[in-house]
Amino acid sequence: MAGLAASFGSGAMTNDISGMKDSDVALIIGSDTSEAHPVISARIKQAVIEGKTKLIVIDPKEIKMADFATIYACQRPGTDVAVFNGMMHVILKNGWEDKEFIKNRVEPESFNALKTEVEKFTPEYVEKISGIPAKTLENIAELFGKAKVAALYYAMGITQHTTGVDNVKSTANLQMLCGNMGVPGGGVNPLRGQSNVQGACDLGGLPVVYTGYQQVVNPDVHAKMEKFWEVKLNIKAGMPMTVAFDKAYDGEMKAFYIMGENPMISDPDLHHAEAALKNLEFLVVEDIFMTETARLADVVLPATTFAEKDGTFTNTERRVQILNKAVCAPGQAKHDWEIHQLLANKMGLSWNYNNAEEIFCEITAVTPSYAGMSYKRLGRMGLHWPCPTADHPGTPVLHVGKFSKGLGTMFAIPFRAPAEIPDADYPTYLTTGRILQQFHTGTMSRKTEGLNNLAGPHAMISVEDAERIGVQNSGDVKVTTRRGSIVTKAFITKRIPKGTAFVPFHFWEAPANKLTNNALDPVAKIPEYKVCACKLEKA
Amino acid sequence: MKITINGKTVEAQKGQNVLQAAVANGIYIPHLCYHEKVGAAGKCRACVVEIEGMRGLQTSCSVPVRDGMVINSTSDDALHAQKLVIDLMLSSGTHDCLVCEQNGNCELQDAAYFLGIERASLQYGDICREFDTSSEFVYVERNKCISCGRCVAACNNTVVNQVLDFGYRGHSTEIVFDTDKPMADSNCVQCGECSQMCPVGAIVDKNSRGKGRTWELDKVETVCPYCGVGCKLELHIDRKLNKIVKIKGVEDAPTNKGMLCVKGRYGFDFVSHPERLTTPLIKENGQFREASWEEAIELVATKLSGIRDKYGADTIMGLASAKVTNEENYTFQKLMRTAIGTNNVDHCARL
Repeated sequence: MAGLAASFGSGAMTNDISGMKDSDVALIIGSDTSEAHPVISARIKQAVIEGKTKLIVIDPKEIKMADFATIYACQRPGTDVAVFNGMMHVILKNGWEDKEFIKNRVEPESFNALKTEVEKFTPEYVEKISGIPAKTLENIAELFGKAKVAALYYAMGITQHTTGVDNVKSTANLQMLCGNMGVPGGGVNPLRGQSNVQGACDLGGLPVVYTGYQQVVNPDVHAKMEKFWEVKLNIKAGMPMTVAFDKAYDGEMKAFYIMGENPMISDPDLHHAEAALKNLEFLVVEDIFMTETARLADVVLPATTFAEKDGTFTNTERRVQILNKAVCAPGQAKHDWEIHQLLANKMGLSWNYNNAEEIFCEITAVTPSYAGMSYKRLGRMGLHWPCPTADHPGTPVLHVGKFSKGLGTMFAIPFRAPAEIPDADYPTYLTTGRILQQFHTGTMSRKTEGLNNLAGPHAMISVEDAERIGVQNSGDVKVTTRRGSIVTKAFITKRIPKGTAFVPFHFWEAPANKLTNNALDPVAKIPEYKVCACKLEKA
Repeated sequence: MKITINGKTVEAQKGQNVLQAAVANGIYIPHLCYHEKVGAAGKCRACVVEIEGMRGLQTSCSVPVRDGMVINSTSDDALHAQKLVIDLMLSSGTHDCLVCEQNGNCELQDAAYFLGIERASLQYGDICREFDTSSEFVYVERNKCISCGRCVAACNNTVVNQVLDFGYRGHSTEIVFDTDKPMADSNCVQCGECSQMCPVGAIVDKNSRGKGRTWELDKVETVCPYCGVGCKLELHIDRKLNKIVKIKGVEDAPTNKGMLCVKGRYGFDFVSHPERLTTPLIKENGQFREASWEEAIELVATKLSGIRDKYGADTIMGLASAKVTNEENYTFQKLMRTAIGTNNVDHCARL
């Protein structure tokens, strides 16, 4: 998000789902779309089989979407910046860039800086870094560069790197270079991985912003919020959770209040995370189950599920949609907002919400991008933000005619290697991610027996590596990194190249995040889940 | 444009076919293979009508409307043909409604009801195929299949999973998974689109069988709790048990057009799971004990205020959630910022 905000002025998926059928070319990089976003993958596949869209897939795994691709390329994990720079090198060399768009929409000096930077990224140089054959890269650049309108899709495969922000800025560079911004069927499209991750960001669930990305440190915003909430507010920006865990480990942080998250499965380097939480004076967890994290808490507060509440979610394409209560909550479980209200009032404030809709009204009063919305207007279909006024139709495509920040900024981005790469002791790349049948830390999906029967813990390894270590399919394999080791079932497949292993992170029995590296991107503070070095052994 | 159906002049849109125009104007014509999402197949022949100026009977799903068109879907010839088609379908296979999941929601039943067919007149019920109960979530009873082809079209062209197809020929035609493998052994990802599209009871949701008939269940639209696509769900609720018993995709939802994945359609057991937390818990001597809300809230408020006063507000961190609503994320960050006084609010967007 930090990356797109720097490039465009707004950090969200720029285009909508309905427009996916309008692309001439779609590039998927760092997204196992059919596993993590199955319904969006269906939309893209539809466009491909109808003959409208040509697909390019770049991923270390030969994902299912690659079966539908005109070109598939396998890059070494963590070499995306080089791949993008290489594509732009070829595009510029052949004059396939959108000169009109660059002239009108991009800061000229930033374009010149980019041009200089990508000069040395010849396809041959990029082949050395990424392993993608020079000819393949040229073909990708040609197909993408010559397309009338091309969309770019990514997910955590781009962001979960120590170069996450660099990667994201590179996607923005490429899409501005080719003039694919502000048009249906184009755009930079980060696919959000959780039902309301967009909403959690929009509603101020971030340390540096209030709702609608209004900066905490901006004195005008600060004054506005103090007036609106009628309290004195802290003007110092907060800290990201990854940093807070480090500080808890060091004893600087004293209390965590965790709502509906399970960092004991989702955090990098779980030993470290556990030690950090145990080091706190007070931990309160609000959740629907006794999660791995809740077990460590001093107080656990029972909350409600999606089916038990009214409210709204904002999806990946910025569409705000209404949830309707379908069943009653069990026992004494309460809605999260009811719990917050009890606490706020106990701590001396006087909140008086009667239902979710009243809270939404307050949100619209203080959040410019949601200002024109109401439950009545959202109706059955919802609205895309920004929707600033009550007669505004919502905004399915961002940055039409003009970027949020005016002119777009390109960034010259040198290639940096991942924090940890294979060596003699740990010779194999380890990358982590999701599989179709499970979700995130498994708190919800693992309660359905059928889903567990379809997908249990495993490590995907290549045929060559399996032969080398002497493991059979479904045999036990031990995966070890400098942080720890797990034993799990080997899933031997031709879809993963020699020298790379993939472990899904959903399973407490074989938690991928015991292995992952907690090295962070310096700006976004996102951990490098997608690359570290491991050793495979027969267990 | 204006067209006339059964003597009634109605409005129709350019690009519509006759069947669509009729349905849009509340005029029922039996149809089974046609579905808006997969388009006209012209296979089942149940939707035949007479159109002035056109010879013979026409399948209304495949004829585009023209201004001034005069259509008769209830002429003797049209009704006779419609009846014959439905009669033939009822005559082949086991269309027993009594325990059928689709009873009350079955398009073949609707057609038979409309045409007044009490019993099939041509009993050549020689179709006796094995049930395919191999998969986790989808139950296939080919004896009820009418070979309309909707599931095949949806699997190949809508969700593009390319698993279902027709196998064998003529009277032996049946739907097959991959090269006629059991469903569980095929490449099926169990998105359930075939069950969503099946007009009869041939493909149904396995875990919803026997859990309630369509008219006994309340239907509530909401949004899927899993990934960020925001697929719209129709929850089917048994009010007496306070339980979700089935989920369907909402067909006119702009995000998913009725499509869902295996989690969204079938992964709802967590809602009524016995391990749900039902009361506040306080840890004492390493063990949790049940507590009242008053006690728990008092303790949390006291502890957090105490830590804030002793060490400063910025030693407290709040983790908001990508899995709760906008409203609840709003109240959470408001609580952290106003009651506690810190901007230490984050969530696992990055994780």
